[in-house]
Amino acid sequence: MTWTWFHRLASPPHIYGLAGRLTPWFAWPAALLVIAGLWGGLVLAPPDYQQGDGFRIIYVHAPSAWMSLMVYTTMAVAAAVGLIWRMKVAHAVAASCAPIGASFTVAALVTGSLWGQPMWGTYWQWDPRLTSELILLFLYLGYMGLRAGFDDVQRADRASAVLAIVGVVNVPIIHYSVTWWNSLHQAPSVMQLGKPKMPLSMLTPLLIMLLGFTLLFVALLLVRLRAEVLNRERAANWIREAVSA
Amino acid sequence: MRPADQVLASVPTATALGAAPVSGAAAARLALLRDLKLAFRKRGQLVQPLAFFALVTLIFPLSISPELARLREVAPGALWAGALLASLLALEFLFRDDAYDGTLEQYALSGQSLTALLFAKTVAHWLLTGLPLALMAPFAALSLGAPGTAVPGIVASIAVGSVALSLIGSIGAALTLGVKRSGALLALLTLPLSLPVLIFGARATELAISGASIVAPLELLAAIAVLGVTLAPLAAAAAVRISLE
Repeated sequence: MTWTWFHRLASPPHIYGLAGRLTPWFAWPAALLVIAGLWGGLVLAPPDYQQGDGFRIIYVHAPSAWMSLMVYTTMAVAAAVGLIWRMKVAHAVAASCAPIGASFTVAALVTGSLWGQPMWGTYWQWDPRLTSELILLFLYLGYMGLRAGFDDVQRADRASAVLAIVGVVNVPIIHYSVTWWNSLHQAPSVMQLGKPKMPLSMLTPLLIMLLGFTLLFVALLLVRLRAEVLNRERAANWIREAVSA
Repeated sequence: MRPADQVLASVPTATALGAAPVSGAAAARLALLRDLKLAFRKRGQLVQPLAFFALVTLIFPLSISPELARLREVAPGALWAGALLASLLALEFLFRDDAYDGTLEQYALSGQSLTALLFAKTVAHWLLTGLPLALMAPFAALSLGAPGTAVPGIVASIAVGSVALSLIGSIGAALTLGVKRSGALLALLTLPLSLPVLIFGARATELAISGASIVAPLELLAAIAVLGVTLAPLAAAAAVRISLE
């Protein structure tokens, strides 16, 4: 088996062109799936027998929360690849992930808090999942802050890669300690979605939204990656050719 | 010899570590002793985190209430917030001076394991800040209305927890070595990763004050400390090498 396709991924001009060509293949399906999922979730799915129409925010909240973790994992894996094989493109992927992941985290926090108002009667509850989501946001902010602290891109890459890997080891510890802390201080939260089996008409739109958000992340990542590569390689000749062509 | 030269001659220097064929354990021991000696020649700096801890403790009666019954309720949180912030403050001194005068560079070039040398430095840091904090915490706790029977539990929880705090902090301190004005960034990186220690530590202190067994949270603190011993020096060494490039 030949590995040239893999080695070519490490080449900035190749990845710049590839990311540009792949973007529509992810962006359009993402748009269609999100529209279909929203239609299914907001219009077709029946209201919840307890929460009425209020539960429908789950169609944005759950995929955002899911993506906030998935983007962090992607970022840490890309950072590790960059650190181990000294692959500049992998570092560019990790750097591009951080703002997207932070945005998904903010979306999950905001929708969770809006959901909390009708369900718990308060915008903020020190619920374990909201709390660990908030800590995750600080992990993203720390990663971006560390990157911004260095003038030299390569040092920023390698230092932030170490931080991303340390963070990924810590995320489960933080999650379980927060759950444990919370179970001592207050009764378990009201919400156990999924435990009483969701009917298919509610579940299908959720799965469609999950897939749509995943594709949306890939599309956003490809766009950001192109910008990141452009910025890093701005002195290179191929950029001049690519821009003037 | 001037007194200052005698001081320098009595301190095992980094070049001495590399020149003589010393074993890894001996090198680590020398690095530990060097840090302790240097610290005791700058006693003013040693006292700063302790004074800071005492001041944080003072804030709570002034801002909440002088009633001991109310203070007893917030005592675990007050003690741990103080300990966490004081240990964070002390982290600034962990690697900074050695990075400025080139000692870390000599450590990296010495042929000894940088991981072991940094672990020794972190142990010295704990002996100089974590342990004194643990010994001072009972006075703060008693002043906040904790009963005398809680003293062993409080000392144990802060002693074990501060091991974990020093180790987690060593990663943050090493990562921010190349960053100018790193104080706020260091807090942003270190605090989210330290939250599990805070949760279990405050829980242990709370149980100690109420007279219950603190074994469960103390074991969890010890588990985090052990995990820190195995992984944190590796990450710190990787971060120091990046800062030296």
